[in-house]
Amino acid sequence: MLRIDNIHKTFNPGTITEKHALKGVSIHLPPGEFVTVIGGNGAGKSTLMNSIAGTFPVDSGQIAIDGIDITRWAEHERAKFIGRVFQDPMMGTAADMMIEENLAIASRRGKTPTLRWSSKAEDQDRFRELLKSLNLGLEDRLESKVGLLSGGQRQALTLLMATMVKPKLLLLDEHTAALDPKTAEKVLNLTEKIVTERNLTTLMITHNMRDALKLGNRLIMMYDGKILVDVRGDEKKNLTVKDLLAMFEKAAGSELTSDALLLS
Amino acid sequence: MILAISTVSQGLLWALLALGVYLTFRVLDIADLTVEGSFPLGAAVAATLLTDGWSPIPAILIACIAGMISGVVTGILTTKLKIPALLAGILTMIALYSVNLRIMGKANLPLLKQETLFTMYQPEGLSMPVTVLLIGFIVVLFVAMINYWFFGTELGAAVRATGCNPRMIRANGINTDVMIVLGLLLSNGLVAISGALVAQNNGFADVGMGVGTIVIGLASVIIGEVLFGTRSFKNSLISVILGSIVYRIVIAVVLQMGMPPNDLKLFTAILVAAALSLPLLQAKIKKRSVQA
Ligand SMILES: Nc1ncnc2c1ncn2[C@@H]1O[C@H](COP(=O)(O)OP(=O)(O)OP(=O)(O)O)[C@@H](O)[C@H]1O
Ligand SMILES: [Mg+2]
Repeated sequence: MLRIDNIHKTFNPGTITEKHALKGVSIHLPPGEFVTVIGGNGAGKSTLMNSIAGTFPVDSGQIAIDGIDITRWAEHERAKFIGRVFQDPMMGTAADMMIEENLAIASRRGKTPTLRWSSKAEDQDRFRELLKSLNLGLEDRLESKVGLLSGGQRQALTLLMATMVKPKLLLLDEHTAALDPKTAEKVLNLTEKIVTERNLTTLMITHNMRDALKLGNRLIMMYDGKILVDVRGDEKKNLTVKDLLAMFEKAAGSELTSDALLLS
Repeated sequence: MILAISTVSQGLLWALLALGVYLTFRVLDIADLTVEGSFPLGAAVAATLLTDGWSPIPAILIACIAGMISGVVTGILTTKLKIPALLAGILTMIALYSVNLRIMGKANLPLLKQETLFTMYQPEGLSMPVTVLLIGFIVVLFVAMINYWFFGTELGAAVRATGCNPRMIRANGINTDVMIVLGLLLSNGLVAISGALVAQNNGFADVGMGVGTIVIGLASVIIGEVLFGTRSFKNSLISVILGSIVYRIVIAVVLQMGMPPNDLKLFTAILVAAALSLPLLQAKIKKRSVQA
C-alpha cells in the first residue's frame, strides 16, 4: 500500500541550522498493516509523516501509494489517499465552523468542491449516526461550532473526519499527546476500533512505549533520521518495554543509553 | 429628513465595500489593502464607460470584473510569489493608482450629464435621495443573498475553511492557494461595485477617492459585529451591512456636532484602533480583576 524508498530530507541546507532530518528511510507497508512508530525527540518521526503527507517535498527518494508515485504531488493532491490526525487538537478541524460543516468537508475529501449546497439534509442523519459511534454526545450538536468542543472531542471528531472517506493510508502523529490520560485512552481505543474495523493501513507515532506495544501489528523505532528497529507479527506481540530498550541500545550503540532511557 | 435618507443610502452603497473587507479580513483572515485601489478602480472604470456612452448596468459589471482582476493580481502575488499578503495588497494598490489615472486620463472625471444607475431607474414621482436609497437597498440585498448562497456551497465552505484553518482544509484535499485567490477576487469585485455606485451617486470619480477605504471598511465590519453579532454567517453578513449604515450615521452626527470634515479620517482611524484593541483591553481588565 505504502512504499517509501530511501528518502532524504535536509532542513535549511547550507545554513548553520542545517538539519539532516531523514537519512535514507525505506519502508513498505502492505495493506491493512497498523504500524506504531517510536523514537526520541528529534528522531525524525514527524518529518517522515510530513514527507508522506506532502507538507514539504523530500530531497531524494520515492514515495508511492498503491503503486502510484506521489513523490512530487502537492499536499492537497495526496489528501485523496491520506487521512491525517495531528498532535494539536486545533489542527484537524475548522474551529469557527459547525460540526456539520466540518463533517461535510471531510465527507468530500479529495473531490473538487462544486457549487452545490454544502450540507444537505440527507447527510445529517448519516453524520448523526457516525457521531453516535463516538459516544461523546456530539450527535445532538451538529450545529455547534467545533471551537466549543474539548480537545478530546476534537481529536475524536478529527479521527472520524480523517476516516470518513476511507483513506488508503491513515497518519496519526502523537494524536493523543495533548490530551489528559483518561481522554487519551478513550481516543486511543477509538483509534484501534476504527483502524481494525475498517482495516486501515496506518502509521501511528507515539511517545508511549506501552501503547506502541499494545496497538498495531508492527513497530518501528527511529533514531537520528533512520529506522533502527522494525519488528512485526509474533515477535512484536511478545515484545516488552525492556526488550525494546535493549534492542535500541544494541542498534544505536551503547553511548546512547541515556537517550534510550528518555524514551521509557 | 433628506440628510437622514442620504446618510442611510451612503451606508448602503458603502456596505458593498464593507462586505468585501469582511470577506478578506474575517473570512480569509487577510488584511487586504488592494481595496484602496480597487474602490477607485471601480469608480474609474464605471465613470469612463458612462462618459463613453455605456449604459449603467454593463458599466458596473465591467467595473466589477476589473476589481476582480485586481484581486487576482494580489492573490497571485501572495500565493504563487509568496509575498506577504499585506505587502502584496499594497503593491497592487500602488500600481492601481497609475492604472486608474490611465483609465480616466485625468485625476477627476465628472459625471454631470451622463445617465447613471440612479437617474436611469428613478421611478416616476420619487425624489433622487429616495431613489438612491431604494436602488442601494435592492443592490445590497441582491449581493448579500448571492454571498449567502455562495458561502453555503461546497466551494464557499472551502474558502471559509481556508481562512479558518488552512492545514485542515489542505488535509481534506483543497488547494488553499486557489481558495485565497478566489476570496480576493470576490472581495475586490464587491469593492469595485461599491466604488462604481459611490461615483455615480457623488457625480464624479476621483483618483484619490480610495484613500482610507480599508479603514472605513474595517470600521463598518467591527461596528456591525459588536452591535449586531456574529452568531452565523448570515448574521455576520447582516451585521456588516448594518455596521456600514451605523458608521455613516456616526459620521453624520459628529459632522453635525461641528467636527471639521478634514479630521474625519483621523477620527475613523482612532475609532478602528480602539475597536481592534478592545478584545485585548477587555482581557487585560478581566485578568486584573481576577488577580485583585
Ligand atoms: N520545518 C522544519 N524546519 C527546520 N527543522 C526542522 C523542521 N521540522 C523538523 N525539523 C528538525 O528536524 C529534526 C526532526 O524533527 P521531527 O519533528 O521529525 O522529530 P520527531 O521525531 O517528530 O520528534 P518529537 O518526538 O519531538 O515530535 C529535528 O531536529 C527538528 O528540529
Ligand atoms: Mg513529532
